Amino acid sequence: MKLTDISNDINEWFSGSGPQADIVVSSRIRLARNIAGYKFLSHCSNTEKAEILEKLKNVLMSLELGDKASYICVDKAPTLSRHFLVERHLISRHHAFGKGPRGVVMVQREFFTAMINEEDHLRLQVLKAGCQLSQCAEQINKIDDMIEEKVDFAFSPRYGYLTACPTNLGTGIRISVMLHLPALKMTGQIEKFFNAARAMSLAVRGLFGEGTEASSDLYQISNQVTLGIAESDIIAKFENTIITEIIEYENAARKQLLSRQSNILDDKISRAMALLQNAHLISSQEALFLLSHLRLGINMHKYMGASTPAIEKLYTLCGSGLSDKATPLSIATINRLFMLTLPAHLQMNYGKTLDPTHRDALRAQIIRSALNQDTQPKNS
Amino acid sequence: MQCQICNNNNATIHLTEISDGVRSEMHICENCAAEQDIAVKSHIPINELLSGLLAVQPSDEEISGTADQQIACPNCGFTLAQFRKQGVLGCPYDYEFFEKSLTPLIEKAHDGKTTHCGKLPSKTPKNTRNEIELMNIRQRLEEAVRAEDYEMAAELRDKIKQMEK
Repeated sequence: MKLTDISNDINEWFSGSGPQADIVVSSRIRLARNIAGYKFLSHCSNTEKAEILEKLKNVLMSLELGDKASYICVDKAPTLSRHFLVERHLISRHHAFGKGPRGVVMVQREFFTAMINEEDHLRLQVLKAGCQLSQCAEQINKIDDMIEEKVDFAFSPRYGYLTACPTNLGTGIRISVMLHLPALKMTGQIEKFFNAARAMSLAVRGLFGEGTEASSDLYQISNQVTLGIAESDIIAKFENTIITEIIEYENAARKQLLSRQSNILDDKISRAMALLQNAHLISSQEALFLLSHLRLGINMHKYMGASTPAIEKLYTLCGSGLSDKATPLSIATINRLFMLTLPAHLQMNYGKTLDPTHRDALRAQIIRSALNQDTQPKNS
Repeated sequence: MQCQICNNNNATIHLTEISDGVRSEMHICENCAAEQDIAVKSHIPINELLSGLLAVQPSDEEISGTADQQIACPNCGFTLAQFRKQGVLGCPYDYEFFEKSLTPLIEKAHDGKTTHCGKLPSKTPKNTRNEIELMNIRQRLEEAVRAEDYEMAAELRDKIKQMEK
């Protein structure tokens, strides 16, 4: 598989589908594992790292993963490809720009990747759209079992699965959900969410890590405790308490916007539409920020039946009108613009590297054309 | 304020150096800082956080002297001094070899928990499975006593007795 085969479309987990997709964008589970009998990577020579890589690559490529698997040698991949894999959340930044022999096994539909020689010998990842943590857990557990039939992992009866960093010790599980929380932000309540997350020992990060949250209203929350609590208990806590409560807060904020602050909501949506439809230079940060407001408008109409002047205009501009749902501007379209206009995606699809100004021009052109194309009447 | 090196970009990094009692200031942009190899920290990296935790929770060995920081794991040659710098361990055996120093850190990172609970490798022998279950019940017993839930503590104590038979 070539990366250009997947670069011109969004992946399944970002399709805007799945349970509670109006707020929960995606669910992800990662497992950290190390092969017994080897040192952790910080103390491995490049020869040992290459040996681990070869061993795990062969095991993973021999598994029945439910989709066509490919291997990418990360240390030899061009810089643009590495940025691209990070943008699609298929590998971590640490893996993309680390040192020594390392690679990734991924399936075509991108629901599963295995980073080899990241911080640990093996980091498995399963990603799904919407709130699907139990389904992610079931799938990653099966894959982990299949690997364990062929490889022995470093394990201690007291500490569980042994990891390079003590913060991942025990289950080695890192659960992460990506949430879209624009209304909490608009109503000035996002700090409450941060405080509640901290009180529950959760880590909060932006779309691509620290500092990126302000631009897209997308937040990733993940567990920090991995020892002394079973995988199923962590998942149940996320599904039954954490996610449920955050959804309740965000929905309350959305209702508050509609009933008491609809001018704020309409202003944000109208400004976003005007800029996205007319700008000739747009940075990646600005695009994420504006598309977030369109996403809110669409979801508030779809899930809450909201119909403010700006939301109606949003749909009219799409050429469908609120009553005719033949060609509404969908979340999938918004997500498509969201992902395909990220810097590495733009350049990968353009076929060469571009300086920031050219990227901003190309990004603006793609968004303008997509949103204005939708204004044309379409035959249903 | 303009960058003092390139005189072009806005200075966003402000450095204060005190050398031999003399204070000097420098205002530079991010690009020049990168060229000068000046690291800008936007958040605390995990290894610093970890070594910070180790530093505030000194073990007996640490109190007795820094020499113990240099004791090397017989398997991989790793030392606690390296852990302070890198935030990662050298090999799985380090968990056993440096257990005394690592336990406070593990407790702090995992809400006071120090024993595994959850998935076991499918090849785990039955007696190891029992051993793990016992450790878990003991930990729950300690928690119950701490919470003064004596009814639960008695139940767990009986379970331990039964399992140890």
